[in-house]
Amino acid sequence: MKHMTRKATRHVSQNEGLIFEKSSSGKAAWKLPPLDVPEVDAAALLGSSERKDLGHLPEVSEIEIIRHFTRLSTWNYAIDLGMYPLGSCTMKYNPRVNELVVRLEGLANGHPYQPERISQGALRIIKTLSECLIEITGMDAITLQPAAGAHGELTGLLMVRAYHESKGDPRKKVLIPDSAHGTNPATAAMVGYSVENLKSNARGMVDVSALAAQMNEDVAALMLTNPNTLGVFEQEIYKIAEIMHAKGGLLYMDGANMNALVGKVRPGDFGVDVMHLNLHKTFSTPHGGGGPGSGPVAVKSKLEPFLPTPVPVTKPDGTLGFEYNRPQSVGRVRAFYGNFGMFVRALAYILANGPDGLRQTTEDAVLNANYIRKGLEGVYDLPYSTPSMHEVVFSDKLQAKKGVKTMDLAKRLIDYGFHPYTTAFPLIVPGALMIEPTESEPKEELDLFIEAMKSIAEEVEEDPQTVLGAPHSTRVSRLDETAAARKPVLRWKPGI
Amino acid sequence: MRYLPKSPADRKAMLQAMGARSIDDLFSPIPAEYRLERDLKVPRQMAESEIVDWFRERSRENGDAYATFLGAGAYAHYRPVIIDSLISRGEFLTAYTPYQAEISQGTLQAIFEFQTMICELTGMEVANASMYDGSTAAAEAVMMAVRLTGRRSVIMARSVHPEYREVLTTYAHHQNLPLSTTSFKENGRLNLEEFEKSITPDTACVLIQSPNFFGTIEDAAAIAEIAHKKGAMLVVSIAEAVSLGIVEPPRQADVIAMEAQSFGVPLGFGGPYCGVIATREQFVRQMPGRLAGQTTDRNGKRGFVLTLATREQHIRREKATSNICTNQALVALMVNIFMTIYGKVGLRELAKQNLAKTAYAAAQFSKHARVLFSGAPRFNEFVVQTSESPYAINSRLLGHKIVGGLPLKKFYPELGHAALWCCTELTTRSSIDTAVGLVAESERSVRSAKEEVDVQEVAR
Repeated sequence: MKHMTRKATRHVSQNEGLIFEKSSSGKAAWKLPPLDVPEVDAAALLGSSERKDLGHLPEVSEIEIIRHFTRLSTWNYAIDLGMYPLGSCTMKYNPRVNELVVRLEGLANGHPYQPERISQGALRIIKTLSECLIEITGMDAITLQPAAGAHGELTGLLMVRAYHESKGDPRKKVLIPDSAHGTNPATAAMVGYSVENLKSNARGMVDVSALAAQMNEDVAALMLTNPNTLGVFEQEIYKIAEIMHAKGGLLYMDGANMNALVGKVRPGDFGVDVMHLNLHKTFSTPHGGGGPGSGPVAVKSKLEPFLPTPVPVTKPDGTLGFEYNRPQSVGRVRAFYGNFGMFVRALAYILANGPDGLRQTTEDAVLNANYIRKGLEGVYDLPYSTPSMHEVVFSDKLQAKKGVKTMDLAKRLIDYGFHPYTTAFPLIVPGALMIEPTESEPKEELDLFIEAMKSIAEEVEEDPQTVLGAPHSTRVSRLDETAAARKPVLRWKPGI
Repeated sequence: MRYLPKSPADRKAMLQAMGARSIDDLFSPIPAEYRLERDLKVPRQMAESEIVDWFRERSRENGDAYATFLGAGAYAHYRPVIIDSLISRGEFLTAYTPYQAEISQGTLQAIFEFQTMICELTGMEVANASMYDGSTAAAEAVMMAVRLTGRRSVIMARSVHPEYREVLTTYAHHQNLPLSTTSFKENGRLNLEEFEKSITPDTACVLIQSPNFFGTIEDAAAIAEIAHKKGAMLVVSIAEAVSLGIVEPPRQADVIAMEAQSFGVPLGFGGPYCGVIATREQFVRQMPGRLAGQTTDRNGKRGFVLTLATREQHIRREKATSNICTNQALVALMVNIFMTIYGKVGLRELAKQNLAKTAYAAAQFSKHARVLFSGAPRFNEFVVQTSESPYAINSRLLGHKIVGGLPLKKFYPELGHAALWCCTELTTRSSIDTAVGLVAESERSVRSAKEEVDVQEVAR
């Protein structure tokens, strides 16, 4: 409690009901221009397909809408307010120039089917970003089509499957370490692979001898996150790649943690065959409350024929265009070309950084994580002493003795003015506290965070009830998630 | 680097605090032979003003200030100003997925309102928080029907957006789901006789789009009746959300997969857009994607949480309903604000303007060329068949700073020289008249060239 006011102070926030509760007939926030063509009779044109009633859509004025959403917004935590140390999520600063350039008229209003000759600007952006990402990953080719990381995984595994099929055998299994993100096994299942778990060793890394024993000609690929979800770099990565390649398997890298590597080491140089990136993590596009993301997939040349269609190309006359005739392609994974608006933002971020900025960014991200690790070592249990890269994973082992779990600690952190870290993940650490500060935090914010975490640890010793009842300073106290799932109320209805 | 909040002295002090000599110590876990010892070959660090200039140049090369008749799954509607004012608030823009409900009530309540309005518009009982886009939502909706029925075959209408069909083909291929296609009739609607014949005891569902790719409104009730009689489901894709303002939703559907881009989302060269799946309450546990639900806190106060997470990958891993994690939250917020602005009355009036512009344009075009599929109601798209290639006509139209309809040769070679034209409330009468004028001119010159040939043949 004693340090609580250093980062945050309670502040009046406005109450606000559901928008439907403000609606009344005759209010409007819209105005259409007069029609310059004859009016039509909808009933005559549409017959029985005409809709007569729009149900309970609201009728409200513009100022009410502004206040409604502004009030709601003030109930959210955000990077703009402070550190957002969610491990694996890379909640870094979202530069505002990115938001300006994506709204430039020709880019915001560009139709995906407009003729290529008036799409050269968008195509140039796609090409330049592709080249930058290929260089950053050390791979040979890339598709920007996937809409998010999990969609990138799907695309990557489809290509893995197409590659093996081209050799006459699609294979049956994908190996996935027990520390992996949940999307990895879910994706493998969607592509029709069975999932085989790979146990981590005592240092939290892939057990190379276990891998050698499990690897055989039925295995299509290993899906590996590097650094892994403990924030640990797989030091024997090349051996891992060799084991996979020796039996004809491929090495897939989940690039969720690429923020630890950019400008310092390239996956293509350490044996990765196919990987996805998350532009909404490493490359600063905003999370926006859960999306949109963008999940480009970079590959080595042997997988290039299988890229989704269309593929951007330079034509003989020097102009840019799309190539659709790709007989070995896995097909399309999304309509049009992907989340183009995210490409614009990611490229603006790369241009703002340059090679020196990208390297410094990675160094600062790793520096920040290790500074937190040093500051909290001894206060919280560190289950793996292996060196950390961009994130550090503690456990609630010491606090659990007093009946306080990682989720309780996380909720208490809210009272101190921070967003919680990632709780209960990775699965190989019971009661995990997964902390990723990113490069965006100044030393002062990190010191406040360390101080808050120490103070909470003291509270657990002196007054565990305070921690168990947290958060105490929010608009709502802990919400009943069990009741929400047991009797789901998923929409508003009049009179409830 | 201006985004990095540390002085050299800060970095030094931090390294000292942890007993490291230099930053290289922290990277020692990376084997030396793989470390990159050179600069990345990416453009040099640019000033903000240079970045803005570079993208302005790209914007100018990208059809800046053209009027468009393109639709086909991406629609040019007016975007009210307050959408961007509101979504630019850092508390929405820079927040994460609302897993920590106590400090995410803003996002959660907004999702709850979004789900409610999507239900109202589609006539369904539940809607999720969003999917990537209309194409992936359609594919996931089909997968959902496969799980719900325990059957494996899928029928798709040839009048579904060709790229949506390609995405479904990709998704279905590796799950070994047999896919077949049913054609359309003279009036542009699904061929019901052919459809009925193609249903087998293994048919999980039929995927249709309404309004379909040609703008024609399908008879969803009739299709549902045929499908349901044989135990198959009806999955309906809606790519033009504004149609819901005046076109009766396919209430007989089992699953609706929407693309909500029309509701305030910029065209943005194809994305990010906003998919969403809506369905009946009894099917909710097979629905992919996030859901917000209402609950109470310890003091009985109303609040919202993400719920039914046992469907999702972070809990169920390989047994999840989908691998989807990140969705399109901020885009769904644009859609939400758009629906709130137009509301119950405005959305109908907006849709009616689309209908009026399209009726006028189709009538004008039909004076000079053939407008296909006139036998069934349409919303804001129609197909015009010309004597000359639409590429040639469009090329001349570009000179007037107008982008003509989408040539269909690539997707529907059987329709000959046909193009898909779209009118919205933003289409002006003068650009319609200009486009019709060029089509008329093209028809006249083709006709006179033909007459000349005929005259020569007679002379010979």
